[in-house]
Amino acid sequence: MIGVQHYLAVSAILFVMGVFGIFLNRKNIIIILMAIELILLSVNINLVAFSAYLGDLVGQVFAMFVLTVAAGEAAIGLAILVIYFRDRGTINVDDVQQMKG
Amino acid sequence: MIQTLAFYLFAILVVASGALTILSRNPVHSVLWLIMAFFNAAGLMVLVGAEFIAMLLVIVYVGAVAVLFLFVVMMLDIDFAELRSGFARYWPFGVALVLVLGSEMVIAGGAWEAGGLQLARRAAPTPAGMSNIQALGALIYSRYLYVFEGAGLVLLVAMIGAIVLTHRARGGVRGQKVARQNQRRPQDAIKLVDPAVGQGVSL
Repeated sequence: MIGVQHYLAVSAILFVMGVFGIFLNRKNIIIILMAIELILLSVNINLVAFSAYLGDLVGQVFAMFVLTVAAGEAAIGLAILVIYFRDRGTINVDDVQQMKG
Repeated sequence: MIQTLAFYLFAILVVASGALTILSRNPVHSVLWLIMAFFNAAGLMVLVGAEFIAMLLVIVYVGAVAVLFLFVVMMLDIDFAELRSGFARYWPFGVALVLVLGSEMVIAGGAWEAGGLQLARRAAPTPAGMSNIQALGALIYSRYLYVFEGAGLVLLVAMIGAIVLTHRARGGVRGQKVARQNQRRPQDAIKLVDPAVGQGVSL
């Protein structure tokens, strides 16, 4: 029988995978953004699993707001990425510290 | 039985797709694996009866966010081989952090299993005899109305921000000037002359 623990395990694995992805691809900001999406997805799985387990709908409402913020974050992040690339011709995150102004 | 099978299918696929998202050499493949992960996560959510969030995941993530990623990856001409140069240097620290985080989660799960937490009161109990989307709608448009409006505002700000950031005014483009068009009167623009026969017109 599948319980909430199984969902928590999947969510935890996905979360640490997202964190690991950030460290593994430290220079490639596109993959970093995708890893953040993975982290938020794992949070959503957690919220939905607990919502179903406790019979409380607020978890799903909150998962929707997380989804909203994730969509906005991806849009803004990619917009910043595009103007940075237009300016520099590279997306190497290591060079961002030299940014002025 | 079939629930268990479906759960393990979705769970294994979502974890595998997540791993391939962060390990792929080609970012286009990464985006495609991310889409796969979202689909399977949606399957996991359907299994526990959260159909609305699952459909939202497919529509918003796969339909909008993943396509946005795909656009950016394909639009920018990036040397991805160069970006992977620090791969070997970073992973030991990442593994250490992942071990710490993972063990923390196991500890938290174990403590929760032990039953220290008693959640007697439900904030919004799942109503019987109502579909998931109906119950969610009743909640969102009543008690969480302001938060919902706030979420809409967040999306609006994100949209305007993305447009302002990436908009580029190009020089040498002649645009339409509506105010000047409206100010133009017939008596300024037209000159009526009545030339005599055989003399032509001098303007």
